[in-house]
Amino acid sequence: MLKNRIIPCLDVKNGRVVKGINFVDLKDAGDPVEQAKIYSDGGADEICFLDITASNENRDTIYDVVEKTSKKCFVPLTVGGGVRSVEDINKLLNCGADKVSINTAAVENPKVVAESSKKFGSQCIVVAIDAKKNGDKWEVFTHGGRNNSGIDALEYAEQMEKNGAGELLVTSMDRDGTQVGYDIDLMSKISSKVNIPVIASGGVGNLDHLVDGIKLGKASAVLAASIFHYGKHSVKEAKDYLDSKGIPVRI
Amino acid sequence: MNVTIVDYKSGNISSVINSFKEVAKDKVNIKVTSDLNKIKSSDKVVLPGQGSFKSCVDALNKIKGLTDTLNEFAITNKKPLLGICVGLQMFADIGYEETETKGLGWISGKVSKIDNQNGKFKLPHIGWNQINIVKGSKIFKDIENNSHMYFVHSYEFVPNDKKVISATTDYSSNIVCSVEKENIFGTQFHPEKSDRIGLKIIDNFINL
Repeated sequence: MLKNRIIPCLDVKNGRVVKGINFVDLKDAGDPVEQAKIYSDGGADEICFLDITASNENRDTIYDVVEKTSKKCFVPLTVGGGVRSVEDINKLLNCGADKVSINTAAVENPKVVAESSKKFGSQCIVVAIDAKKNGDKWEVFTHGGRNNSGIDALEYAEQMEKNGAGELLVTSMDRDGTQVGYDIDLMSKISSKVNIPVIASGGVGNLDHLVDGIKLGKASAVLAASIFHYGKHSVKEAKDYLDSKGIPVRI
Repeated sequence: MNVTIVDYKSGNISSVINSFKEVAKDKVNIKVTSDLNKIKSSDKVVLPGQGSFKSCVDALNKIKGLTDTLNEFAITNKKPLLGICVGLQMFADIGYEETETKGLGWISGKVSKIDNQNGKFKLPHIGWNQINIVKGSKIFKDIENNSHMYFVHSYEFVPNDKKVISATTDYSSNIVCSVEKENIFGTQFHPEKSDRIGLKIIDNFINL
């Protein structure tokens, strides 16, 4: 039976791990290579790096981090943040990333998703959707949550599946950093709409939230950052807890 | 000993290279090349593969003489070869991803899309799934039945002769996830991404 995945996410800025609260308030939390290794040794099903150095300064630091991590961690590594082109994707894959997540570029130029999934295979193309609720719908935001594209998140998710995305990483901007739980409504609506796996992100504050993301949000995988970073919970604790709630996990 | 990972521009092989180097340490020489003479002179060959069946076969055929060299290595000289993911799928006679494409024809059978039962199962089949070992394979030495392996695929290899199947995994139906036919080995899952247990499979192959 296929197991639900737990994915710790490390926000990386200028080659260092930081923790993001509503995409703004940042705090140093250490060396990404070391932390990734601790997570993979602890049973993380995948590791995710989100490079929030973004398009401006020090873009090359992430390549170095990815290269070093991929020599030490033998579970899948996803890297996102500031990925603009097929060439960026190629570079990250060559450094040892297994998947690349595309956010802003997928909105501005959906061809990047189509071209890269054709070139590298849809298995390594993750489309990241940052969605914020507006009335009774959700809108897709870009540029690390700064710009509202006005695009309907549900329609966009369907479109990205058609364009060749292998997975969707869905972050609720309303919940990110709040620790009050995933936006279950958003997750379950998108998950029901598409046939590709959905990774739920944004808002995890306790282990029950992970359970809800899978049971109610119908996500195939749950991504979390802060609950793992400051030793609040280990990945193993999270897995044991999910297991005790009858959710299939790899132990 | 020389183990060669065939680099035929089939997508991302960094993880395969990293994992083999990690396991080999200084004992075994890991080469990454598409040079025909280097492939011929190696003791073992790894055939990775990512993307579609068609794109991998096309990439293989683009390098003049590569298919003949691999045939000579695995079929004529019967030296050990490990296919990973689409590398395994290409053992088949024919694949149906994108369009009907001829495979290497080493293990009779076809590669077709996983039946997702009208959307009941998500595709690609991504994540950790348990393998059901149905026959002892040399690459499964010291690997426990029901071990978790990492999968990413939407197509499955359906061999005609079920005796080549060494393991299956349960996703929508029983999917063939490992084969062994004499000197030819293949895994649908990614041992290079399957943590310590995956590295053990790589170690078993290197030590054949």
